[in-house]
Amino acid sequence: MEDFFQWFRWLYDETGINLTILYDSFDRERMVRGFFNTIYLSLICLALSVVIGLVGAWLQGSPLKWTRRIVQGYIQLFRNTPPLVQMYFFFFALGSLMPRMENEYGIMEPVLSNWHWAIISLSFFAGAFNVEIFRSGIEAVPRSTVEAAESLGYTRLKTYIYVVLPLAFRVCLPALNNNLVNLVKTTTLAYAIAVPEMLYVANQIWSDSVNVPEMMTFLLLAYVVLVGLLVHVMNRWERAMRLPGYGV
Amino acid sequence: MRAAGERLYGTTDLPVLLPPGERLLRRASRERTDGVPRLTLKAWHGAVIAAVVLLAAAAAQAQGAAEARPGVLTALWKWVPLLVEGFLFNIAISFLGMGIGTALGTVLGVMQISLLPPVRAGSWIVTQFFRNAPWLVLLFFCMFLLPFEFRVMGFVVPFPDWVKATLGLSLPVMANVSEIVRGAVQSIPSGQWEAAESLAFSRRQTLVQIILPQCIKRMLPPWMNLYAILTMATVLASVVGVSEVMTLTQRVLSAESRPELLVPFYGFVLLLFFMYCYPIARFTHKLELRYVVKL
Repeated sequence: MEDFFQWFRWLYDETGINLTILYDSFDRERMVRGFFNTIYLSLICLALSVVIGLVGAWLQGSPLKWTRRIVQGYIQLFRNTPPLVQMYFFFFALGSLMPRMENEYGIMEPVLSNWHWAIISLSFFAGAFNVEIFRSGIEAVPRSTVEAAESLGYTRLKTYIYVVLPLAFRVCLPALNNNLVNLVKTTTLAYAIAVPEMLYVANQIWSDSVNVPEMMTFLLLAYVVLVGLLVHVMNRWERAMRLPGYGV
Repeated sequence: MRAAGERLYGTTDLPVLLPPGERLLRRASRERTDGVPRLTLKAWHGAVIAAVVLLAAAAAQAQGAAEARPGVLTALWKWVPLLVEGFLFNIAISFLGMGIGTALGTVLGVMQISLLPPVRAGSWIVTQFFRNAPWLVLLFFCMFLLPFEFRVMGFVVPFPDWVKATLGLSLPVMANVSEIVRGAVQSIPSGQWEAAESLAFSRRQTLVQIILPQCIKRMLPPWMNLYAILTMATVLASVVGVSEVMTLTQRVLSAESRPELLVPFYGFVLLLFFMYCYPIARFTHKLELRYVVKL
């Protein structure tokens, strides 16, 4: 393995193609960490946005008019503003209002770090789309199906778990899939508030070793492969989960 | 990878699911072709933003009055010409980016329906590549890899930051326009092709005189939506240091160094974007409705 990495040092000496992320163990570890940070950020935001979507869809079915209006306002606000502005708003406007606490080195720092704000803002961004998606998915299941389940002795909870949600999920999947792909692409914006994801780490590396073209090409390819793979896997899954007699 | 015009929804006589599900699937398949979510701007959004700006300005005014500082509206008024100028710069970037992206994207989209397999495959790969890359990464790519000036036959052609940013933004637009064109061509019923063929139209004539004119009507709503999204995405150029409205706002705020001005100023910028994008979004929606009725 080490020989393989050292080959890139030879490549640099011979051709000037400087891939420090391969032959330099420090840069390599940084890049790997950046890559996993991007994945980690995507996964956490995915999980939280699904939770936000479920809670929002549930609140939208509330009998109180103002609860529904507030949820609607939230959806409209986050759908129609650039995610970068949302992130700046969370980090700079709300972040400056947060109380500060002393950390283990005795330095005052905000309770929520840039990591937390990136997760919060991206989750709310993706969650706004999820609320609408889940709402439509649940509404798509007819009342008669629920009644049929009831007549078979299902409780209300079990009807939801075994009948309504599986059907709703299959209807939601294509739209959710679009949203997930969009979310992974949007994680790059966390760069703007200095979260060490792939773009930020790449920037650090090219500032240190002045190898902008190599890093830039690597970054572009890495994202295209990551997103392309995701799209491929999700499309396969989507096709497998297609409702018979419903989609063409 | 995702194919445009791939029908995610269908019609069935089985009483399986209710209309919201059908609507959701139709939206998902539309977003798949568009590549970007559809904006849903309403007039009350603008009213809410304006109310927030005014409330924040009033709150800041009260705070400033206690410390005997000049009024918030005076401060805002002083900087409005600069901010509006910055915003016009954003519009210029979006116009240019959309123009370049549409020109290249149309060619790429037509190449995607070529009869020659290598051309088809090549343009498909290019389209998917730029569709899957995040906008910010493409912007960085153009910012850092293009030279700041070109030398053509002894002449030095300057290549400033904002031109590079425009090119960076036009790449994803190109890929999305390409998919929109391909989706629109594929949505034209095959009867049109066959009828043209029976009238002895060549393939080129069929495309130029029969298919593409019908496509324009279908492409217009997603194209306008893409333009509105691009306009909002021009603020990304502030991350790479182009002096557009976001950058200017940040500089103004640091020059004033009054934290209470933060919300009124950013709110004002948001309002500028709303006033520009709202008519576009309304018009897109109207065109789409008209199109649905006619089909």
